Amino acid sequence: MEKPNLNYVKEMSGGDAEFEKTIVGILKMEYPQEKAIYYKSVEENDLKKIADIVHKLKHKISILGLLKSYELAIGYEKSLLSGSMEGKEDFEEILQNMTDYLENLEV
Amino acid sequence: MNCIIIDDEITARVVIAQLCRTHDNLHVVEEFPNAIQALKYLNQNEVDLIFLDIHMPDFTGFDLIETLKNPPKVILTTSDANFAIQAFEYKCIIDYLVKPITAERFDKAVQKAESLIVQDIEPVAPLRKRGETSGKDLYVNIDRRLIKIDMSSVYLVEAKGDYIQIKTDNKNYTVHSTLKKIEEKLPDHTFLKVHRSYIINIKKIIDIEDNSVLIKKDVIPVSRSNRSELMKRLNLL
Repeated sequence: MEKPNLNYVKEMSGGDAEFEKTIVGILKMEYPQEKAIYYKSVEENDLKKIADIVHKLKHKISILGLLKSYELAIGYEKSLLSGSMEGKEDFEEILQNMTDYLENLEV
Repeated sequence: MNCIIIDDEITARVVIAQLCRTHDNLHVVEEFPNAIQALKYLNQNEVDLIFLDIHMPDFTGFDLIETLKNPPKVILTTSDANFAIQAFEYKCIIDYLVKPITAERFDKAVQKAESLIVQDIEPVAPLRKRGETSGKDLYVNIDRRLIKIDMSSVYLVEAKGDYIQIKTDNKNYTVHSTLKKIEEKLPDHTFLKVHRSYIINIKKIIDIEDNSVLIKKDVIPVSRSNRSELMKRLNLL
């Protein structure tokens, strides 16, 4: 599986260490909340709600440089909007990959 | 350009604000996590540009645009490229940025916004010689906004240090400028400098007494050197 990275964050920061610290802090704070909404929506089997939160999570997937995962997330979102959950397992692996990375990332 | 950022994702707002910081002329005045809060703000404040997320719960970016009577320029920011065609059905939408937004793409969008905003204001501020006013309106810069003033409604301009106060029939405006600069813009068949600190609209004079004129409720001094010019302009019986 591809490895998350902070290339985009560093590109955005232009060497501004304070910004890097801020954005990493926000990712660490906001991501678990969105992930929790995702699993709650899955529990409720509310496909529209799942699609909405997958849509939002796509941005964080891309910020962490996960290009292939981003494409998988797009496919999963489309499946959900057409009433299918195809791509669920792959997507949840992506979530786990991001969780592992962010949990070990120092602010 | 004053701008606001509307996005329900904090990360997105922080990234866009950071990109805005790389442009000296872009000033982020507010950030909103939803369109409803932004709508309340926009009902009371004017901005030049909105960075607007489309996909937000309850009230989407498109809902916001449709609700606004005169929406400012909008740059859409979204994780979904599929809305592009729909986006350009709205005249106010000038660009469409797909997340993650790159600095290069952001710069292009801002340049586009700048050029369109300049185009909007350019026709009203052409260079002209003194007294050659091409229209009946004057645009003044107040808090980075160009405010239109109907010149025929102006009855008095007063110098106040580094500022001038423009008094009209409806409202007074304080503008960072000089009496000399505004004198060049005002039609000289109507306006006359009667004192080093005052320009008056001759048509609005109520009465003249010795070395002062009454305009509306303002009594304005007339300097000795300007009195004869004033008298020449009046249709004396």
